[in-house]
Amino acid sequence: MTGIWVAVLVMAAGCYALKLTGLIVPRGVLDNPRVRRFAELVPIALLAALTAVQAFGAGQSLGMDPARLAGLGAAVAALLLRAPFLVVIVVAAGTAAVLRALGVG
Amino acid sequence: MTDTDDRTAERARARPVRDGLVLGLAVGTSGVAFGAAAVGSGMNVAQACVLSLLAFTGASQFALAGAVASGGLAGGVAGAILLGSRNTLYGLRLADLLPPRGARKLVAAHGVIDETTAISLAQPDPAAARLGFWATFATIYVTWNLTTLLGAFGAGRLGSPQSLGIDVVGPAAFLALIWPRLRAGRAERAVGLAGAVIALAATSFLPPGVPVILAATAALAGALISPRPAGPRPAGPRPAGPGPGGAEDPRLPDSGEAGVP
Repeated sequence: MTGIWVAVLVMAAGCYALKLTGLIVPRGVLDNPRVRRFAELVPIALLAALTAVQAFGAGQSLGMDPARLAGLGAAVAALLLRAPFLVVIVVAAGTAAVLRALGVG
Repeated sequence: MTDTDDRTAERARARPVRDGLVLGLAVGTSGVAFGAAAVGSGMNVAQACVLSLLAFTGASQFALAGAVASGGLAGGVAGAILLGSRNTLYGLRLADLLPPRGARKLVAAHGVIDETTAISLAQPDPAAARLGFWATFATIYVTWNLTTLLGAFGAGRLGSPQSLGIDVVGPAAFLALIWPRLRAGRAERAVGLAGAVIALAATSFLPPGVPVILAATAALAGALISPRPAGPRPAGPRPAGPGPGGAEDPRLPDSGEAGVP
């Protein structure tokens, strides 16, 4: 239990330090157009990666969960129809929930 | 100033706040899933809550819960912290928008996460970006911590997250957040696709969390291949029209409504 407390506090300190570092790095760093473009593209790459990993991830392996993928498909359809954010989320989760209630996945 | 100007200004202030509230409530409630997962992994309620209060970065917290469940605590902590390193990169983008020094800066730093970055950078100007940041931060912080407590206490008593489709909330939210940026240009789409492919390819042989960080190499490649000329406003949020330097890039379609949520 003590080990877990140490892990919790070390991680909290580490995560905060990483957040603060991004804010205190000298501003001149972003004067370089390549660095600026990198900083601009990073959220796209990481968020796309998170989307993919959470969509297909099953622990440390990949898996196809039909209900989850159908939910994401519904989210894409909602996005193409320019639905507001909350509608996209509700449609996605609702689709997966309904499919699972019907025994899919 | 005419009525129309007033209304426009009011809308300009209302939108980032509304976006932040909606996203904060939608994403913050997944604290239930974290609280349940943490207690299920062997943490106690206090540990789950302290983690949400002090670490406040969802993916890392889930990673740590996984490490507690599976043993391998030291490696798990390292992986979870590494996963939080994307917040450093987000901070680079947000530095110009947030308080430059003092206690407010230290508080703002705690709020540099996926969702606040996405909302801030989707706003048309710095003032709206700041509003969006604080609205999103406050909403997610309160919701995430309350629902962590709820999930930690209620673990197992609520319906399973699976049966409610909670596992789709994360990926659907992230997809919705990058959607407008994916529409901004071909380079953006290529980077997003490459990031997803890299992370998926690396998932089976790297510890959880690391594949997502590795995806940053897609952004690195994108920046080296298609850097845009320096614009007048470094690192500011993307304007509602074509992106910074967009005029120099004929491939950029009019991104129009830069609307996240």
